[in-house]
Amino acid sequence: MTVQISFTLNGRPTTIDVEPATLVTELLRETLSLTGTHIGCDTSQCGACVVHLNGLPVKSCTLLAPALDGATLLTIEGLQGAPGSNQLHPMQEAFREHHGLQCGFCTPGMLMTAVALATEKPVLTEADVRHGLEGNICRCTGYQNIVVSVMAGAAAMNAAKGE
Amino acid sequence: MGNVIGIGASPKRKEDQRFLTGRGNYVSDIKRPGMTAGVFVRSPHGHAVLRGIDKSAALAAPGVIAVLTGDDVKADKLGSLPCGWGISDAKGVPMKEPPFPMLAQDKVRFVGDMVAFVVAETPAQANAAAELLTVDYEVLPSVVGVLEAVRPGAPQLFDDVPNNICCDWELGDKAVVETAFRKAAHVAKLSLVNNRLIGNPMEPRAAIAEYEPGTDRFTLWTTSQFPHVVRFLMGALVLNIPQHKLRVVAPDVGGGFGVKQFHYGEEAVITWAAKRVMRPIKWVASRSEGYVSDRHGRDHVTEAELALDETGKFLAFRVNTLANMGGYLSTFGPNIPTNLYGPLLGGVYTTPAIYCNVKVVFTNTVPVDAYRGAGRPEATFVLERIVDVAASEMGIDRVEIRRRNMIPKEAYPYQTPVLVQYDSGDPVGCLDGALVAADVKDFGIRKAESARRGKFRGLGYSTYVEACGLAPSRFAGRLGARGGLYESATVRVHPTGQVTVMIGTHNHGQGHETTFAQIVSEKLGVSFENVDIVFGDTDRVQFGMGTYGSRSLVVGGAALSKATDKVVAKGKKIAAHLLEAAEVDIQFEAGQFSVAGTDRMKTFEEIAGAAYVPHNYPLEVLEPGLEEQAYYDPVNFTYPGGCHIAEVEVDPETGTVTLVNYTAVDDVGTVINPMIVEGQLHGGIVQGVGQALFENAVYDEGSGQLLSGSLMDYCMPRADHMPMMKVATHSTLCTHTPMGVKGCGEVGTIGSPAAVINAVVDALSHLGVTHVDMPATPNRIWRLLQNASLPVAAE
Ligand code: FES
Ligand code: FES
Repeated sequence: MTVQISFTLNGRPTTIDVEPATLVTELLRETLSLTGTHIGCDTSQCGACVVHLNGLPVKSCTLLAPALDGATLLTIEGLQGAPGSNQLHPMQEAFREHHGLQCGFCTPGMLMTAVALATEKPVLTEADVRHGLEGNICRCTGYQNIVVSVMAGAAAMNAAKGE
Repeated sequence: MGNVIGIGASPKRKEDQRFLTGRGNYVSDIKRPGMTAGVFVRSPHGHAVLRGIDKSAALAAPGVIAVLTGDDVKADKLGSLPCGWGISDAKGVPMKEPPFPMLAQDKVRFVGDMVAFVVAETPAQANAAAELLTVDYEVLPSVVGVLEAVRPGAPQLFDDVPNNICCDWELGDKAVVETAFRKAAHVAKLSLVNNRLIGNPMEPRAAIAEYEPGTDRFTLWTTSQFPHVVRFLMGALVLNIPQHKLRVVAPDVGGGFGVKQFHYGEEAVITWAAKRVMRPIKWVASRSEGYVSDRHGRDHVTEAELALDETGKFLAFRVNTLANMGGYLSTFGPNIPTNLYGPLLGGVYTTPAIYCNVKVVFTNTVPVDAYRGAGRPEATFVLERIVDVAASEMGIDRVEIRRRNMIPKEAYPYQTPVLVQYDSGDPVGCLDGALVAADVKDFGIRKAESARRGKFRGLGYSTYVEACGLAPSRFAGRLGARGGLYESATVRVHPTGQVTVMIGTHNHGQGHETTFAQIVSEKLGVSFENVDIVFGDTDRVQFGMGTYGSRSLVVGGAALSKATDKVVAKGKKIAAHLLEAAEVDIQFEAGQFSVAGTDRMKTFEEIAGAAYVPHNYPLEVLEPGLEEQAYYDPVNFTYPGGCHIAEVEVDPETGTVTLVNYTAVDDVGTVINPMIVEGQLHGGIVQGVGQALFENAVYDEGSGQLLSGSLMDYCMPRADHMPMMKVATHSTLCTHTPMGVKGCGEVGTIGSPAAVINAVVDALSHLGVTHVDMPATPNRIWRLLQNASLPVAAE
């Protein structure tokens, strides 16, 4: 048995039939071939799967697909500047500039959390960022450069807003 | 020409664009036409006789294509997983080497041991069918700790391995050490545990296997740090697939830290099964599955004694260790607590006599193998803990006792009493640098300030040396390595002057695409953008040993450097012909071949073009094309070292340890890309801090259940556990690698555990605390404080 859901995915209206027990991670990765959202655990601890649901960060590995009906979903694939271009979002630019990634596996989830943090609070302290990243594990970077990246990215997002 | 970015620069990484935009290509992202799903059925018992498996219900379940067990493996006469390193005891008796079957036969020996593989149309169907498999186990008592495993009457894993001892290994001159101990003014003693760790790269392991009947070829995509080694071990030794019929691809891999360095049974089973079902199969581990199947790290129990004269000079060091191997020998398992541990017990000190005995022991736990640092963090921890103990017992300052015993810079090359010869280093320089950077002189002020808030503050030092850039082959061969440890690189210059490099190391976060491109850009004078690095595919790359033991830049970079030299040499020949000059008169600089003392020149692009369009070309003496290959086998290990200083604050009310400052000064040789090196240091330090403060793999004795079996029960360091760290390099150049590099991937993990624990002990020393085992969790510290039976509140 399947149900039909309609939602906005990275700016595009999408209608699709899903099994009600489908997780959003599975829907994105398997059905829609959007593999940028990663799965790093089975206990909602790692944050590799963070996406924005109606503008708020959520762990998509604990979200069932029917919950998307009528919602707006943003994944890492929808974060960039111009669609189809190689232009980066200011937060992506900041991660690149400050070496906020190594193997890149945690990176999409980190970026989605970071953008949400910066959107929620315009001026972020180091403590805010460290606290805000509690739900995202990175095994490679030791976090230091991620924290620096998020602060720089937030500043850049603010500057862009002010223009 | 264009944008040359060379050694010492920090360009933004080439690999970042795809990772930042979600366009990385990890194994779990790959889909193949007609792909099926595979699921492993694993033992829920630590130790049991496998009496039989009833497949019928599982086979009848919807979507099921195959159910394979150990009996099928036997029927197909397949090999078991090979161990890549054979060690022997002092009398030359080889280690006990029981077979490690790819699917369990007759017995299971740890929770997670694989008993069957189910293939179905979808993952859900495969999981459902796996539930229907009836496995008849006769449960036996498990033994999980090394002390328990060697006791008389302990459960025995293998009939022909008495007392579960795989090998009783030793190194050093026992008699000389005993004599030195008799003359000692003081002997410090310490018993300690080096806790078992789970590597936890963020990408769980995964594999896809496919068989093409048309060409009789197999392809295996796997999350591996060394695809060529998997091809060799699996093809030649397990499945009997000729090397040219087997392609192994390790695409983007989400972290390794050693965990993805081994040949795993899952890779062999899925490849074998793909031909049996004639369809591609995909398996992706869950994190929890990784906890019971990824190889674990560390797990030592050690008794150490340090003999000193009345001035605090080290006379001799004696170490007895029981090292846990788990249920079977993994690829490098027996090598880690022996060859990568004993020879590093000298550290940066002039200790003249060292003896080390290691009993390598089987238990009913996940096999243990190399995890970031592998053997060297264990050696550093023992040594740097006991130095602190000795200092405190003898009333000598901890920095002073280290200084008195350090190998002076002028004494290099330095031969230790335990095999290795350090080629270069400056431990005192690193120590001095770290003391300043950590602002040690004002520590007393900070401690007093903590005390006013009711907190105990402590400072901890750790100095270390490691052996990395694994190789050389000849040396490794003498120590029992069953493979070579060189590296290879091919530099392909295209007719237009762009360059593709095929290299045998594997990039899983270390930034190879950037660092190696810098080397080529500098050496050939070509634009950084015009260099691509290819790795991780046995069909595209000639051969290679992969990435582990901080060997990529040290050994792979050297091969690359050699190959570019060959390109230049051939380019000079072509230029000499085109410029009508003698070859010896041709100079190559900044991407231009010129005739010395003239303005006649050809650009690198012109030479590349001429090599591929040989209209005017000395075909009698020179082949067309511009592509060169080099294999490089080093003459020695490289020896990075350094000094780490940790500062902690302990809350006596809760037992919580907070890391408040961290400083590291490391000697990693030449730094090609400072940004990447710094990132490697950060990551390594936090992994070591994880071991010291949070991480612990805990088994239940008797049942053999892994109690810390998921991210819910195994505490990983998170962003808010860490302060901003200060890292710096104080480099001496390696004397034998072409660019002077030493390696940097593991130094953080090697230096940090001892620094942090020494700081914790320092914070609690006024209560009579002399040692704290890792991890220093709030619970452990709180209990220590209760037992200290002293007023808990700070004065
Ligand atoms: S995959 Fe969602 S939190 Fe780990
Ligand atoms: S970059 Fe590898 S896990 Fe974060």
